[in-house]
Amino acid sequence: MKFQIEDVTVYFPYDHIYPEQYSYMVELKRALDAKGHCLLEMPTGTGKTIALLSLITSYTISKPQGAIKLIYCTRTVHEMEKTLAELKLLHNYQVKHLGPAAKILAIGLSSRKNLCVNPNVLEANNRDSVDAACRKRTASWVRALAAENPNVETCEFFENYERAASGAVLPPGVYTLQDLRAFGKEKGWCPYFLARHMVQLANVVVYSYQYLLDPKVAGIISKEMQKESVVVFDEAHNIDNVCIEALSVSVRRQTLDGASRNISRIEQEINRFKATDANRLREEYKRLVNGLALSGNLPGSDSWLSNPALPDDILREAVPGNIRRAEHFLHVLRRLLQYLTVRLDTENVEKESPISFVASINNQAGIDQKTLKFCYDRLHSLMLTLEITDTDEFLHVQTICDFATLVGTYSRGFSIIIEPFDERMPHIPDPVLQLSCHDASLAIKPVFDRFHSVVITSGTLSPIDLYPRLLNFHPVVSRSFKMSLTRDCICPMVLTRGSDQLPVSTKFDMRSDPGVVRNYGKLLVEMVSIVPDGIVCFFVSYSYMDGIINTWNESGLLKEIMQHKLVFIETQDVVETTLALDNYRRACDCGRGAVFFSVARGKVAEGIDFDRHYGRLVIMFGVPFQYTLSKILLARLEYLRDTFQIKEGDFLTFDALRQAAQCVGRVIRSKADYGMMIFADKRYSRHDKRSKLPGWILSHLRDAHLNLSTDMALHIAREFLRKMAQPYDKTGSSGKKTLLSQEDLEKMDDSGKQAMLY
Amino acid sequence: MASGQVSKRVKYKSSVKDAGTPGRLFLTLERLMFKPNSPNSATKLNMEFRFIKNHRYTKEGSNKAPMLNLTSSQGVNYIFELESYDDLHVCKECVGKALSKTEETPKPVDTSEVPSEQPSTEELLSRMNMLRENSELQKLHKRFVSDGVLTEAEFWATRKKLLGGNTSKKSKQRTGLKSVMLSDTKPSTDGRTNKVTFTLTPEIVREIFAEKPAVHQAYLTLVPKKMSERDFWSKYCRAEYLQHAKNANAAAAAAAEAAEDEELALFLKPNNILASETRRKIRGVDPTLDMEADEGDDYTHLPDHGIVRDGSKEITELQHELYRRTLSQDLNRHAAVVLQGSPIDEEQLKDTQTVAEALERSKQGQNTSNEEADINANQDRLSRILKMMEIDDLQASIDLPLAPLSIKDPRDYFDSQQASALKTSRDTSIGNDPVRCTLSVEESYASLRDSISHIKNTGLVDPMVTPEVAAKVLSVLTHNISSTKYDIGKNPGLSVLDTLPNTIKEELIYHWTSLQELLRHYWSSYPITTMYLYSKVSRLKDAMSKIDSQLQELKESVQSDLRHQVTLLIRPMQQALEVAMQHYDADMQKRSS
Repeated sequence: MKFQIEDVTVYFPYDHIYPEQYSYMVELKRALDAKGHCLLEMPTGTGKTIALLSLITSYTISKPQGAIKLIYCTRTVHEMEKTLAELKLLHNYQVKHLGPAAKILAIGLSSRKNLCVNPNVLEANNRDSVDAACRKRTASWVRALAAENPNVETCEFFENYERAASGAVLPPGVYTLQDLRAFGKEKGWCPYFLARHMVQLANVVVYSYQYLLDPKVAGIISKEMQKESVVVFDEAHNIDNVCIEALSVSVRRQTLDGASRNISRIEQEINRFKATDANRLREEYKRLVNGLALSGNLPGSDSWLSNPALPDDILREAVPGNIRRAEHFLHVLRRLLQYLTVRLDTENVEKESPISFVASINNQAGIDQKTLKFCYDRLHSLMLTLEITDTDEFLHVQTICDFATLVGTYSRGFSIIIEPFDERMPHIPDPVLQLSCHDASLAIKPVFDRFHSVVITSGTLSPIDLYPRLLNFHPVVSRSFKMSLTRDCICPMVLTRGSDQLPVSTKFDMRSDPGVVRNYGKLLVEMVSIVPDGIVCFFVSYSYMDGIINTWNESGLLKEIMQHKLVFIETQDVVETTLALDNYRRACDCGRGAVFFSVARGKVAEGIDFDRHYGRLVIMFGVPFQYTLSKILLARLEYLRDTFQIKEGDFLTFDALRQAAQCVGRVIRSKADYGMMIFADKRYSRHDKRSKLPGWILSHLRDAHLNLSTDMALHIAREFLRKMAQPYDKTGSSGKKTLLSQEDLEKMDDSGKQAMLY
Repeated sequence: MASGQVSKRVKYKSSVKDAGTPGRLFLTLERLMFKPNSPNSATKLNMEFRFIKNHRYTKEGSNKAPMLNLTSSQGVNYIFELESYDDLHVCKECVGKALSKTEETPKPVDTSEVPSEQPSTEELLSRMNMLRENSELQKLHKRFVSDGVLTEAEFWATRKKLLGGNTSKKSKQRTGLKSVMLSDTKPSTDGRTNKVTFTLTPEIVREIFAEKPAVHQAYLTLVPKKMSERDFWSKYCRAEYLQHAKNANAAAAAAAEAAEDEELALFLKPNNILASETRRKIRGVDPTLDMEADEGDDYTHLPDHGIVRDGSKEITELQHELYRRTLSQDLNRHAAVVLQGSPIDEEQLKDTQTVAEALERSKQGQNTSNEEADINANQDRLSRILKMMEIDDLQASIDLPLAPLSIKDPRDYFDSQQASALKTSRDTSIGNDPVRCTLSVEESYASLRDSISHIKNTGLVDPMVTPEVAAKVLSVLTHNISSTKYDIGKNPGLSVLDTLPNTIKEELIYHWTSLQELLRHYWSSYPITTMYLYSKVSRLKDAMSKIDSQLQELKESVQSDLRHQVTLLIRPMQQALEVAMQHYDADMQKRSS
C-alpha cells in the first residue's frame, strides 16, 4: 500500500497497516525533519522494523536531493539477517511499484569469519585466527614477497578483487551475509573487502553495535560515514551495557604472562631487523618524530583495530620522545607489566580511581600519563614496522596496551578494581585487575555528535525518561506507543504460589528450598500438558538452571515433562545452543512440541524470537537481578547515584525488569499471534517491581491475575487457549480499528488522524 | 416428474441376450429400484446412483429394442429394456440428471474439504452389514442420507471406527520415538550390598547407539571379537555410573579410571564423530538464529575485553573438563535424536547385534544422500525465512497446504481429552498431596467451634447464594421430586422414560438419536471455511428446524398427565437446538455484515 505522511509518500509492503505503525512513522518522520535524535518504544509484535525501514527508504525516495544513508545497528548477526530479510521484502515491493528508481544497495557487514570464502582461511576456528590467517595472505608486504616468490601463499579472492580494482562493485540489491558470500564466490572476489569497500556507497548498511560504539572498531569501519546518515539502534534496551563493555578491559595473570612472552618475541624481531634491515626502524623513528603515527594511507588489508580511546580524546600530537625508540618502548612495557604483576598479587579487593592509579604508576614504574596514552598506537606502529602478520598471537600485549591507553586517557567515569578471587568461588585464586567503565554516555557520545539523527528503539525502553539520562543526550522525540489489540492476544500472569499454596521465589534465601524447586517443576509439568507447541522457560542464571534441572531429573519431574514435550537446553556453548534452538524449532514445526530452557541475560534471551507456535507460553522463573555482590556493579551503582541521582535499588529493579520484559516479550510477532507469559515469583506481585514492566504488558495484566497459584494459572491458561483458538475478525470489531487499509488512511482527515494516534 | 420420480414398465436383463424379468423400474435422483412383477422372483434391485458409473442406451431409429444400460462402479451391467423410445427418453433424462447430481455432490467447488473418497467394495460391504445389524443406524441412515441432509460419505465419516480395521491400514505415518529418555534409567540397588543393577532392553540399546555414536562404533569393533557382549555392556554401565555419581570428584574419578582402561575411556571422552556431525549441522543452521556467527562478529569477545566479573557471566571449573558431560548436553542430544527419528522398525528390535548393524546400514545410506540434501535444505530455508518475515495479518492470508490430522475417531479424541482433563484437575487438588482425612475428635471439634464463634462474631454477612437463585433452584428441584417421586421412588430401576407409552417413548428416542447425529455434524462444520461447509450447514439447519417442529407437535399431542414428563425430556433437546440456531443466526449476521 502507499500513503502520504505530510510530504512523504510511504511505500509499505503490506495491504494493511497497524495504527501504531502509522503513528510510529509519523513520529520518526518528525525526528528526521528536525534532524534530531529520537527515542521510540513500541511493543514487540507490532512490526517496528518494517515500519522504520519503510519510512526511511520512502523518505529518501521522496527527497532525492538530500539522500540519506541508513546505518542500522543490530546486536547480533542473526538479527542482522532478520532485518535484511525484511528489507528484501520491502525492496522487492518498492521496485515492483516504482521501478528501478527505487533500487538501493543494502548490505550487511560482519567480520572476516562470517564473510570469508577462502576455504584455507576458514579452517581456523575462531575469529582472531581467521583474521590472522587472512592477514597472512593479504598483508601488503606478504603480497610484495609473493610477487617475487611464488611459494608464498596469497588469497586468490583478494588478488582478484584487487585486480578488478574500481570495477569491483556490487550491483544494487539487498545482500545478506550469505548473499555476499555467494556473490563473492561467483565473481571470485573477496566478499569481506568488497563489503568493506561498498559500505561507503551503500544506501543501507546493517551491522553490529560494536562497529559504531567500540572505538577500536569504529575507527576503521565507520570513520567515513556521512554526517547526513540516520543511525538506528534496534533492540536498544541494553545499549548502556554495550557502551560500557566497549570501554572496559581486564588483566589477568595469563594476560601478563602472555604479554611478556609477546614482548620477548618482539625483541627478537627487533634484533633480527637490526641485523638485516636497520633502516626500517630508523624510518619508523623519523615518522614518529613527525607525528605520523597512524596509518593514514595504509592499504585496506593492513588495517587493524584502532585506538581503544575515542577519537576526540586522542590528542593530535606526536608520540612522546621516550617511547619513540623501539627498545625504549619495550622497556616501558616491561616496567608496566612488572607493576601490574605486583598489583595483581593482592589479598584484598582494591578499588581505585584512574587518577590515583596513574599517579602510582608514575611513582613506582616511572611511566607518566602521556606515555601510557600512546601505548596502543606505538605498539601498532611497531608491529606494522616489524611486519608481524600472526596478530592473533599478540592479543595479550594488545590488551595491556589497550588498558594503558584507556587508563591514561580517561580520568572520570572509570574505576579500577582488583579482586584476588571470584566472590562465588573463594577457594580458587584467580586475581583480576579490571578497568571498568561506568558511564555509558562516553562511548555513544561521538555517535550523537557526528550524526544528524540517531534513533534508539526497542520493545522495552521503560521508563523512557531514564535513557536520555544514562546516555546523556536530548531527543527531539521521545515516545512510548501502546499496542492496539484486536483481541487480548497476550495473557500475562503473576504466579506467587505453587500447587501447595506456598510462595515461590528465587530470592536468595528461598531459591534452594526444595519446596520452591518442586513447585516450579509442578508448574511446568502442568503447563506442558495443556499448552500446544512451544514453551520457553527462562531462569535467572546458568548455575540455577543446572541445579534445578538436575533436581527435577532426580525427582522424576523431568521425565513427566518429557512425556509431553521434548526438552532443549541453552548451554554456555554457543554451537550447541544454536543446534538446540534449530532442533527446537523443528520440533515445534512438526507438531511434537518442545520446551526450551534458557537463561535471562543469556544469548538466547537477547535476540531469538519465540513467536507464533515457537512460543505459546513463556515462564520466567524468578526475577533476573544482577549479581549484587559484584564489585563492578557496586562501583557502577555508586557512580550512577553520584552523577545521575539514580538510587541503587531503583536501578537494580529497572535492570531486572527490563530483562524479564525482554524475555517474555519475544512471544508475539503480530496481532494474529498469541501467547501467555507467567512471571513465577512472589516479588512480581509487589507494586514497585511490577510497575517497572513496560506499559503494553501492564495494560494486559489484570488485577485478578496478580496473585495466582498453579491451579488457578492452569485454569486461566486453559480458558485463554480455548478463546484464542476461535476464529476472529482481524480488522477489529467495535470501537477502534486495529488494522488500517489504504482507504482508511486516505479517508482520515487530519483530525481523524490525531484521534487514531496513540 | 415434478417429484423427480420416474416409474416405468421394463424388462430387467443381466445381459443383452437374456430374456429378462418383467417388472417396474423406479428412478429417483438418488437411487434406482427394480421390482419384478412376480413377487417370488429373486431379481430385485435397489441401489444408489452413486454407484453407477456410466450409462448407455440404444439409439433411436436402430431396429433394436429401446434399452438402457447402466454400468456400476464394480463393472456390473444392469440392462433395462423399455417399452418405447419415449419411455427411454424420460429415463435417459432422469438418469442423466441423477448421475450429474451424484457427481457434483461429493465434489462441489472445494475438493480438499470433502470426504469424497470412493469407498472400496469391502467398506461398502461392511457398511451394508452394519446397517443390517443395527436397526437404529438404519433408521438414521434412511432418514438423513435418503433425504439428502447428509451425504453418504459424511454419514460414515463419523463412524469410521465402527467400520473396523480397514481404515487404520491407510495411515502411512510412522511411529516416532518416545520423547522420554530411556537410557537415563537409574540403576536399581538391592539395598543390602553395594551392587547396582542396570537393565537394558533392545529399545534402550537402540537409543544408546543412536545418541552416542562412539558407543556404537566401539560395539561394532569390539563385540564379539575382543570382548563378549556382556563385558561390553558392563563396562558401559560402569562408565555411566561414574559419570552420574553425585560427589564432587566424580569427574576426577572418571578421569583416573579412564587413564587406566582404554576401552572405558572410549565411553567417557567426548568423541569426534559427534563433533564432526555438529560442524556439518551448524553450517546448515537457520541464519536468523545462528548465534555462532555472533561469536565471530562480536569484538568484545576479544580475550579480556569487556566486563569480566560482574556476576552475569558464569564460572566453571576447568579441571577434568574433558570428562564432564552435563545433563543438559545429554538432553539436547536425546531430543535431537528423537526428532531425527529412528530408521529401525519395531520388528528389528530383537537383539543388540541386529540393532547395531541396522543402524550402521542406515547411516551409510544417509551419508551418501547428505550432500544433495544439504543444498536442497539451504534453498528451502531461505524461502522459509522470507515467509517467516512477513507479518501474517497485514496481508491477505496465504493458505498453506495442511496435512490432515489422522484421528481415527474424533469422539475418541475428545473423550480422552476430557478424561485427562478430569484426571489432571483431580490430580492438582487431591492426587498429588493426599488430603488428610483422619482428624482427631479434638481437632474437628476445635475447628467447628472456631467457625461457630467466627460466625457469631461477624454474622453471615453475605450469603453464599442470592436468595432469588436459591429459591428458584429449590422450587425446580422440589417440583421434579413431587412429580416423579411417585413413579420412580418405588422402583429405582425404572426410568421416567419407561413410564411413558411405548409409541411416545420410541418417538422420543428416535428424535433424540437423530438430533444427536445432526448436532454432531452441525458443530463439527464450524468455523465455516468453504462453500461446501456452508451448504452443509444450511441443509443441517433445515433438518433441525424440522425436528424442532416435530418435537413441538409431539409435546402438544401427548395427554396432559404425561405432558410434564415429556416436556422435561424434550427441554434439553430444544435447548440444544436453540443454541445451534442462535449460533447459526449470529454467524449469518456476521457474514452478511
